[in-house]
Amino acid sequence: MILDTISQRRDLLARSRTVAMVGASANTTRPSYFVFSYLRTKGLLDVTPINPALRDIDGVRAYPSLEAYAAERGAPDIVDVFRKPADALAVTREAVAAGARAIWYQYGVINEEAIRFADAAGLDVVVDRCIKVEAARFDGGLSIGGLNSGLISARRTPPPVRARAAR
Amino acid sequence: MQDHTFGFRTRALHAGTPPDPATGARAQPIYLSTSFVFDSAEHAAELFALRTYGNIYSRIGNPTVSAFEERMASLEGGLGAVATASGLAAQLAAILCLAQAGDHIVSTASLYGGTVTQFTVTLKRMGIACTLVAGDDPEALRAAILPNTKLVYAETIGNPLGNVADLTALAAIAHENGLPFVVDNTFASPALCRPIEFGADVVVHSATKFIGGHGTVIGGVMIESGKFPWGAGKHPLLSEPSPGYHNMNFAETFGEYAFLMRARTEILRDTGAALSPMNAFMLIQGLETLPLRMAAHVENARIIANFLRGREEVAWVNYAELDDSPYRALAAKYLPSGAGAVFTFGLRGGREAGRAFIEALELWSHLANVGDAKSLVIHPASTTHQQLTDAELQASGVTPEMVRLSVGLEDPADLIWDLEKGLRAAALAATPAGARA
Repeated sequence: MILDTISQRRDLLARSRTVAMVGASANTTRPSYFVFSYLRTKGLLDVTPINPALRDIDGVRAYPSLEAYAAERGAPDIVDVFRKPADALAVTREAVAAGARAIWYQYGVINEEAIRFADAAGLDVVVDRCIKVEAARFDGGLSIGGLNSGLISARRTPPPVRARAAR
Repeated sequence: MQDHTFGFRTRALHAGTPPDPATGARAQPIYLSTSFVFDSAEHAAELFALRTYGNIYSRIGNPTVSAFEERMASLEGGLGAVATASGLAAQLAAILCLAQAGDHIVSTASLYGGTVTQFTVTLKRMGIACTLVAGDDPEALRAAILPNTKLVYAETIGNPLGNVADLTALAAIAHENGLPFVVDNTFASPALCRPIEFGADVVVHSATKFIGGHGTVIGGVMIESGKFPWGAGKHPLLSEPSPGYHNMNFAETFGEYAFLMRARTEILRDTGAALSPMNAFMLIQGLETLPLRMAAHVENARIIANFLRGREEVAWVNYAELDDSPYRALAAKYLPSGAGAVFTFGLRGGREAGRAFIEALELWSHLANVGDAKSLVIHPASTTHQQLTDAELQASGVTPEMVRLSVGLEDPADLIWDLEKGLRAAALAATPAGARA
């Protein structure tokens, strides 16, 4: 199912634990490194780089493929895609084969065929969004940066993402 | 949390200020702390590298200030906001985020006098040239755009001439030239106009005015739409490595957030024009009633404009909603809920009549501000523009007989009672001494 509402993305993040990040970079100026580092240091999600050119990023072991990840770690909850749109279909096939429950295409990773394939395979699908921005929307990060979270609530209840991370 | 689109009044009360996560405080707490402790050395490193969100030092960010910023971003329909010490600091920050020595900006000429000085004197000294385009023809503005132009600037409602900018036409001209459209929305406030809906890319405010509404604190804010392609190459300050921040390429790393990130981490950091948390708290309080106040301001402004138009002591009334205003159609398009509460009128009898009018008033406060809940009045020819000759005044558009009103929230009958005294005094001053005898 394509998740295009704010609460669908919130619920996806709340029920997910593992993220396999395809195309994660160890170059500290790259957006994918910013996202990886945010998720890792916040402890919000258990994030693993998928990149055959890397042994690890900041001590977190990298796997050469989603297949290799799934063989050791089991099916990832979310496959986060930092690849050019033309590569998205191949990554999506690998994600389905690895048993991923959801696939998240980062900003600009828009490939209609890949989206249809993932949707048809029963995955939850997020398109043209940043998983860091969405995580920060619900953990208060955007708000502390003066950014518009779009959230309105008179409840003190901490957001589910943060509550889970605190366990 | 539901997938529900909240209305303007709800967001004016709630956006940016959920119950305080630390204490449950329902009102926004005032976080008066210069600095904030790090969780760990790694956390500090992540914060300084801009890889995580959090507070370091209140010159760059503060929880009370960010609550104000998020509320403003919500009300203007933007991606985010950066608050500043004043409105002039906000517009300077927006410009410095996009332009440097050797660059050029284009603006409509009908601007607040402080803005004219900032653009034509201070920016010029910094090596940023400015062309001010007179009149209301958007095509004249197109002709002023140069290869090194970095932005197009206008006021939603010009101060003090009361002209209404043709926002969609100006935005189109800016975008056709690869430029962002920056709009000063102070006189309208987001309750009456949201320029981003008409193509603006950056909105700046003097929050001192209607946003606060109480006339107590100075503040400013800029809001960005999140729609402009900052990485397209026209703005190397955003799309090339910045020596001001570890050679970071803001457009590459932050995408749509590039402008806001650079505005905060380089411009606010280096200019030091931060908003105080105390002032942010006051502005948050003001925003809670902004939609209610603006409706009441407009209601009173209409009453006063129509009253003045019926008086023989008054030569003209320049309120954009009036049927003889050249801006009536633009006001109907961009300001359907009301053309604001600041406008000018002309007294028969020129400069002396203006002086006498001001001297006779008791309820209208004679001062140089607008947007207070209290009604304000100023006669530019005898105050802010007194050093100009009558000919120079005519050339500037600020004519000798011009009086500017900022209509407040008092009982309109009381405002009219006071204006009648002023008009009688103006008529006496305008009458030649011989005729009086």
